[in-house]
Amino acid sequence: MSAGTAARLRPEAEIASGSTHVASRAEVEDFLYHEAALLDAWKVAEWAALFTDDGEYMIPPTDDPHADPKKTLFLVYDDRHRLAERGKRLMNKAAHAEFPHSRTVHQYANVRVSEGEGGETLARCAFSVVRSKGPITETYPGHMLFRLVRIDGALRIRLKRAELALEVLRPHGKVSIIL
Amino acid sequence: MKRDPIPSALDWAIVDDRERGVFRVNRRVFTDDAVFERERRQIFERCWLYAAHESELAANSSFISRVVGGLPLILNRDRGGGLHVFFNSCPHRGAMVCREPQGRARNFTCPYHGWVFSDEGRAIHRPLPESYSPACTQDESLNLRPVPRFEVFAGFIFVNYATDGPSLPDYLADAGDYLRMIAEQDEDGMVIVGGAQSYSARANWKLLQENSADGYHAETTHSTYFEYIRNREGTVRNNFGKGFGRVRNLGNGHAVSESVNGTPWGRPLARPMESFAQDIKDAMEAARLQLVARLGEERGNFICHSDRNLLIFPNLVVNDIMGLTVRTYCPVSPGYFEVNAWALAPKNEAPLLRELRLKNYLEFLGPAGFATPDDQEMLELCQRAYATARFVEWNDLSRGMLTEDAPAPAKQDELQMRTFWRRWKELMSADEKVAA
Repeated sequence: MSAGTAARLRPEAEIASGSTHVASRAEVEDFLYHEAALLDAWKVAEWAALFTDDGEYMIPPTDDPHADPKKTLFLVYDDRHRLAERGKRLMNKAAHAEFPHSRTVHQYANVRVSEGEGGETLARCAFSVVRSKGPITETYPGHMLFRLVRIDGALRIRLKRAELALEVLRPHGKVSIIL
Repeated sequence: MKRDPIPSALDWAIVDDRERGVFRVNRRVFTDDAVFERERRQIFERCWLYAAHESELAANSSFISRVVGGLPLILNRDRGGGLHVFFNSCPHRGAMVCREPQGRARNFTCPYHGWVFSDEGRAIHRPLPESYSPACTQDESLNLRPVPRFEVFAGFIFVNYATDGPSLPDYLADAGDYLRMIAEQDEDGMVIVGGAQSYSARANWKLLQENSADGYHAETTHSTYFEYIRNREGTVRNNFGKGFGRVRNLGNGHAVSESVNGTPWGRPLARPMESFAQDIKDAMEAARLQLVARLGEERGNFICHSDRNLLIFPNLVVNDIMGLTVRTYCPVSPGYFEVNAWALAPKNEAPLLRELRLKNYLEFLGPAGFATPDDQEMLELCQRAYATARFVEWNDLSRGMLTEDAPAPAKQDELQMRTFWRRWKELMSADEKVAA
């Protein structure tokens, strides 16, 4: 995003008055790093609390990263209830694929911020999640789309969409963590 | 040539004592390279293997390239609508001719030396043709090589790498009716929904065949899935801790595990859950009534209210449960296999039911579902621990063995696995075909 666009999205007067809902790249980055740190620390309830009441978390299929979840089989298509349940499940010892918990590093880069509809902030970035469990260490790379809204002054996630840049889930075999 | 070191009877591999009710499988069958090599020849080159669904090749000039039973294939429709299945290897020097997973093509060009093949497989152009002798330009073996056999049954396309052996309907035996029961869920047939799930496991492929219809593991391996249902619905019907449903031996190594209204999930066609929105419930009821009107009360309601885990020997699972999944898998080595899974759906399904179907599928199924990753974990835990197989030699699959000939062996029994292993042993023990 050009500096000119950023200035258009964030006029100084509006920043001062707080009248705009669109976030700056710096604010978005701070937010994303916080989100990533929660996942690396397995603070999944706090992670789920970052979402709006109508928030969604989804991972499109590897063979069609731009697909529509209403028409195409995804890997993850969670509404707000299910994404919280996903986190809750992972804290149970009986979520066997993640017991004991794997170690992860969630990284975001190439962050670009733009204005979405209805005052939303769109954030697109590259991601790379490294997961290590027992003898196996694997990387999940891809592109992330966030739709962010501001509620009571704080950024919240309306959509987290992780488009994997993997042709197939091999040799990974699964996505048992939250990306 | 070195002879296969495996004794043809494979008596060391399986204990099948019906009198005492003891069934054991030697863990070496999951780790042994010689067993793996023999499986390739005796099973994957002899059995009918699921390759694709007709809906993936609905249009003329459409193609798929896909690995089936370890071998890369091209499946295509020519411009006149004829179906073909070729080995995806250039007859010239062997390069894979087709490198896209699917698309449209009126001919196929090998990227190596530019040989061009028609959509019927004929070599129609070779660069610098003048140096080829008439013996070469007229040689049929320089066309794309078709697989020895392929057949379509109820929309499912199977291939067979042996020129002889039973026809597909004979091979499917009583499993055929269960495939029909899938196909007739829409009067215009079923479609593979976009979004393939292509994953893998560090385990032996046979462990997934065992796992895919194992009622006994559900309560422990998938307790967190039941908790999710309980948290969402306020209650959960969990019969998995007690005997329910039945398992049927369908012949030729195929089996089904099925039950009517015994499972805790919703079915897209058509068993709504309390938490489903009213418009979805209404649409489901309309779909059920339509099915009943077409197929009759008994069969229509059976499809709507019952769950089926269908195992087709050796490597196809069609599970009609909270979603309808078609899953096939093939070993790469004794300790690693690849899985291809898809969602199947009625072609004319209402959009809101299609969305519900896809969402419902993911609550359990697939590599990021609430259950499949834990299944994967179990298979991999088994495979890792088979390092001890010289000391801890046997797997036990004896559950329900003394009552397996009763009318309805329960889902938690292991008849479906014994059915697989008996067929496996039979094929592995058969004399190898002498190569021509």
